[in-house]
Amino acid sequence: MATADDMIPPGENPAPYHEEAHDPRRRDFINIAAVSFAGVGAVAIVLPLINQMNPSADVLAQSTTEVDISKIEPGQAIVASFRKQPLFVRNLTPKEIGEADAVAVSSLRDPQTLEQRTKAGKKNWLITLGVCTHLGCVPLGAREGENRGPFGGYFCPCHGSAYDTAGRIRQGPAPKNLAVPDYNFTSDTVVTVG
Amino acid sequence: MSFPWAKHYEPKQPLMRWLDEKLPMPRLVYNAIGAGYPVPRNLNYFWNFGVLAGAALVIQIVTGVVLAMHYAANAGVAFGSVESIMRDVNAGWFLRYAHANGASMFLAVVYIHIGRGLYYGSYKAPREMVWLLGVVIFLLMMATAFMGYVLPWGQMSFWGAQVITGFFSAIPLVGETIRVWLLGGFAPDNAALNRFFSLHYLLPFVIAGVIILHIWALHIPGSNNPTGVDVKGEQDTVPFHPYYTAKDGVGVGVFFLVFALLIFFSPNLLGHPDNYIEANPLSTPAHIVPEWYFLPFYAILKSFTADFILPAKLWGVVAMFGSILLLFFLPWLDSSPVRSANYRPTYRWFLLVLLIDVLVLGYVGGAEATARNVMIGQIAAAYYFAHFLIILPLVSAAEKPRPLPNSITEAVLAKHGGTSPAQTAMAG
Amino acid sequence: MARLISLVIGAGFVFVLALALFFTAKDAIQNPAPESAEHEFHLHPEDIHLSSAGFFGKFDRQQLQRGFQVYKEVCAACHSLKYVSFRDLEHIGYSEAEVKAIANQWVIEQPTVNPETGEAATRKNLPSDRFPLPFANDIAARAANNNAIPPDLSLMTKARHDGSNYVHALITGYRNQPAELIEKFPGAKTPPGLHYNPYFANLNIAMPPPLTSDGQVTYSDGTKATKDQMARDVAAFLTWTAEPNLEARHAAGFAAVIFLLIFVYLAWGAYQNVWRDIKH
Repeated sequence: MATADDMIPPGENPAPYHEEAHDPRRRDFINIAAVSFAGVGAVAIVLPLINQMNPSADVLAQSTTEVDISKIEPGQAIVASFRKQPLFVRNLTPKEIGEADAVAVSSLRDPQTLEQRTKAGKKNWLITLGVCTHLGCVPLGAREGENRGPFGGYFCPCHGSAYDTAGRIRQGPAPKNLAVPDYNFTSDTVVTVG
Repeated sequence: MSFPWAKHYEPKQPLMRWLDEKLPMPRLVYNAIGAGYPVPRNLNYFWNFGVLAGAALVIQIVTGVVLAMHYAANAGVAFGSVESIMRDVNAGWFLRYAHANGASMFLAVVYIHIGRGLYYGSYKAPREMVWLLGVVIFLLMMATAFMGYVLPWGQMSFWGAQVITGFFSAIPLVGETIRVWLLGGFAPDNAALNRFFSLHYLLPFVIAGVIILHIWALHIPGSNNPTGVDVKGEQDTVPFHPYYTAKDGVGVGVFFLVFALLIFFSPNLLGHPDNYIEANPLSTPAHIVPEWYFLPFYAILKSFTADFILPAKLWGVVAMFGSILLLFFLPWLDSSPVRSANYRPTYRWFLLVLLIDVLVLGYVGGAEATARNVMIGQIAAAYYFAHFLIILPLVSAAEKPRPLPNSITEAVLAKHGGTSPAQTAMAG
Repeated sequence: MARLISLVIGAGFVFVLALALFFTAKDAIQNPAPESAEHEFHLHPEDIHLSSAGFFGKFDRQQLQRGFQVYKEVCAACHSLKYVSFRDLEHIGYSEAEVKAIANQWVIEQPTVNPETGEAATRKNLPSDRFPLPFANDIAARAANNNAIPPDLSLMTKARHDGSNYVHALITGYRNQPAELIEKFPGAKTPPGLHYNPYFANLNIAMPPPLTSDGQVTYSDGTKATKDQMARDVAAFLTWTAEPNLEARHAAGFAAVIFLLIFVYLAWGAYQNVWRDIKH
């Protein structure tokens, strides 16, 4: 594209205007300033156009879910919903807790103990998101009769990631343990997630 | 196309040379709105409005695409989804107010653009095709604006859809069938809302396509100018860039300033309170009015109150569509050899009357249908048709134009008074 | 030829319009439009000068909280606020804990289903909930309100001309029907079950006067709860519910306008600079 300097005003002024005698630099400065200002304005307008795609206020506000855990027997699990994602709430048996504790933490891909993944004194309550950390499928194992995989926890059928009884990744492509959301026990039988 | 002295695109960098060989897009832009397009040097600020209309279309498409990410075209939730855009979506209120007021800005700019064409005779030979394509764009804009106004599914949206599709029921024999076909039902509902949304999303891209044709057709004869005199030589023109890009920069700035005042300080000034009430098929608002930009045409519709051979309703609908369609014939109704009304002493006054007439029609379109207002509307509507179909053909044949300047440069130099020897030499 | 056709068509339209004009005029003389009570006795609301009005308008949060109290104690039994969420109340100065308490203690509960049986049930409101509807549906609303549906108030101040002032004027505008009105328009006597209010479009409103005495609510900030004060406060509150982003809008507007003024100045300078050697 031609710049302003290429322009020789036709007809009247044989000399290109940047060769003018009086203060040429300040005069060109205003062209640059105007164009830069337009650029800044364009960026300022683009920001809300990008920001509108972030979660809206009503989505962000749907942040807490209450789960009644009174009817979950040891060895059973339920699937609740938290922020439109499956939430696994599992009542571990002493045997399952033992299996989880028997693993050397340092040998894990994402080293964490069962204590770190549960609340103090509530070690049998394993509460995780039911979202495989590989590519987001829902692992099997929370519902009655589903394949719990080689480590007795959860098994993702999409790409074969296997989780143990603490929801930790043991085998397959997933990089991380099943995520533990923020939650607390509002009473012995009710958990508030989020 | 264009004039022999137009600058040629000469890419200097190897990359641009390579691109020019494979896909000469920069060349196209250079010749369309760059230094390769010579433009009369005497254009006034009314010539900014073409670029402003383009800017307004871009604003509408960008904000519209973004709003469509949040809007739900379902009669049950459409109103609520607009409210959630206004309250919960990040910057949603800004985008929605920008889109709603952007439509008004677009139409306002286009009305001034059309008015400039009328005054300076831009519709006359050799620019008939530019004008015809412009009228097509205007019709597409009206359709798009109407369908967009239905989408928030407020009371005015609903009853606007009801009334406007009701126009088609005036067609003898098949009218009601056509109306039901347009709506996909007996009253506006989901089917209508969904198809209006689909078409409202499609038509702006059709408009953009016709705008490309409009600009293409313009570049064959080149731009008109306030004297209406043809370009005689290089001294009459300046390259579009940087001269008119710089001038359009000022215009765009002022446009955005007005736009910002509307969006941020008076976003509902041009809207109607009833559209903040959700659509209710069982209750019509006391006073239905279209958006401001349709008011003159609505006034023409309302002015036909008497049956004469045809029923009054059909007269109204025919006249309303006719009032726009007659613009297609304008280039052939005006036989004056002179383009610019600056040199048409009689016709100029009629144009002034037309401007006032259209404003009066706008007032009547929005006012209560009292006998006084209806009568004012009838007189104003009669002038509208008389102006284009009777006065223009007769006056253009009878009037004696004022002497035209020999060239654009001569007119410019005369305006500036004394001429320097160098300038006269160059002009000569 | 084209011009001849044009003249004929033009004359046709003008003739039909002249005919229509003649009949309109004849009709106006023979049957002048009857005067109506609505036309003559309708009043326009007076300006209550809310702090949110005008270019520099900002909400008065104390007033919004008082207005919310009036809504809660007086209006909410019949009028919904369905586009507003409890969490939005944080914007008028309530803390997160206060909002939680307000939602939790709200008299009307959120409809839900019993997770065990699937039967319809209700639960306490959460901050993320919209304000619950006082009536299950329009039919229930009509049945409970003498066949008139109490409108939703979320957008009321934008859904009426001069809405903020209208809300105040309407609430305080109840009075006895003027004797001269009944004298002039005997047919326009307020029907039983309706209430005369000159600020209402057709003068007769189904809603009974909501504010009946001073001190109907007790403000915690010590403001004297006169009827006028309560009406002002609830008008301010409903101005906020209709346009909660007003302050952000004004602030963004000032930034935009100042930026654009500078840009126009620079663009003007660039324009003058580029054109300085060309007469035009």
